[in-house]
Amino acid sequence: MLSLVHPFLAVTTLPDAIVFAVAAVIIVAGAVGVIVERNPVHSALALVTTLFGTALIFLLLGDDFIAAVQIIVYAGAIVVLFLFVIMFLGVDKKEMIAHEPLKAQRPLALLLVLLAVVGILLLGAGAHYVLGASSSTGVANHQPGGEVAALGRAVFTTYLLPFEATAALLIIAIIGAVVLTKRHRDGTQESVPSSPYAGEDGTGEDDFDEDGFDGDEAGEAGYDEGGSEEGGSDDSDAREKADAMYGVDTDDVDATESSSERESIEERDSRDAIDVDSNEELIK
Amino acid sequence: MTVSLSWYMGLSAVLFGLGVLGLLIRRNVLVMYMCIELMLNAANIAFVAFAQKLNDLGGQAAVFFVLVVAAAEVVVGLGIVVAIFRRRADATADDIHLMKG
Repeated sequence: MLSLVHPFLAVTTLPDAIVFAVAAVIIVAGAVGVIVERNPVHSALALVTTLFGTALIFLLLGDDFIAAVQIIVYAGAIVVLFLFVIMFLGVDKKEMIAHEPLKAQRPLALLLVLLAVVGILLLGAGAHYVLGASSSTGVANHQPGGEVAALGRAVFTTYLLPFEATAALLIIAIIGAVVLTKRHRDGTQESVPSSPYAGEDGTGEDDFDEDGFDGDEAGEAGYDEGGSEEGGSDDSDAREKADAMYGVDTDDVDATESSSERESIEERDSRDAIDVDSNEELIK
Repeated sequence: MTVSLSWYMGLSAVLFGLGVLGLLIRRNVLVMYMCIELMLNAANIAFVAFAQKLNDLGGQAAVFFVLVVAAAEVVVGLGIVVAIFRRRADATADDIHLMKG
């Protein structure tokens, strides 16, 4: 157990120790859950557990405002964003670990992380360290208006430049997200991608995309048509056509397509070829 | 029983180590982002612990900025994930090894 007690650091109450132990167990269990869970949704929920434990630690440290912000921003916004994207893209429980580019990575990672953490803990337990002079920005306690007012004052005076930099950062992040998720060729503004398997229907007419998958409206239309009209012969028809066209088209495929798809399985190749084919017909 | 600064540092180190471990072991991009969040939280614990023990507001202001950076990082990262999902059906990090196009 870590029991380095500096006289001015010690907070000596038993309830504090109990709260710390409970919070630490919650945090570590949640973090292990994030790593171990196969399902990304379960990982996100384990992340919420860790965030609540962290908020508990903040409360234990007497930092009520940061604890509230932690719950509101992290658990309320960031994790919800994670869950939104997971639900949006479809949960894939399988993880492609059969194909391993670096064979020794996982055992080595485990070993090195264990070594590093144990080393840090041992160093921390046995060290005689000195904390330097404090309060370059003002003490937290005993200021008019309490802790939140003091924090606000610090953010808007001492940390004014970083604060404005975060404003710029947020704007850049928003613009980046918009640019990344926007479709900007051939005029179809489809900001919402379909489910990743929407391209399976194989009908060439509905695929306006430059890449392998349908857009949402087009994809759903394709689903409906696929459900009502075609039986399965259409599908194989399209695939044969794709096989025939593939050798011709590969050189004309533009940069958004290309070799990452080419090395994947043949079925996907043929599907892509259909899409590219329809694209070029549209362009002509 | 005393809860000293070393305890918080130990907890922070363990949490950071778990985040690094998950980032290195997992292949799902979304879970890898969550592990980055774990590491940011470990840093936050250290910041707040030092801020309280030193009675200095700098640590709390740093936590504030870490939160903003985490939010921005998640927004851009998930945008990239959505963009990748457009052309591939899975979010396995090993498959995203070509920077063409």
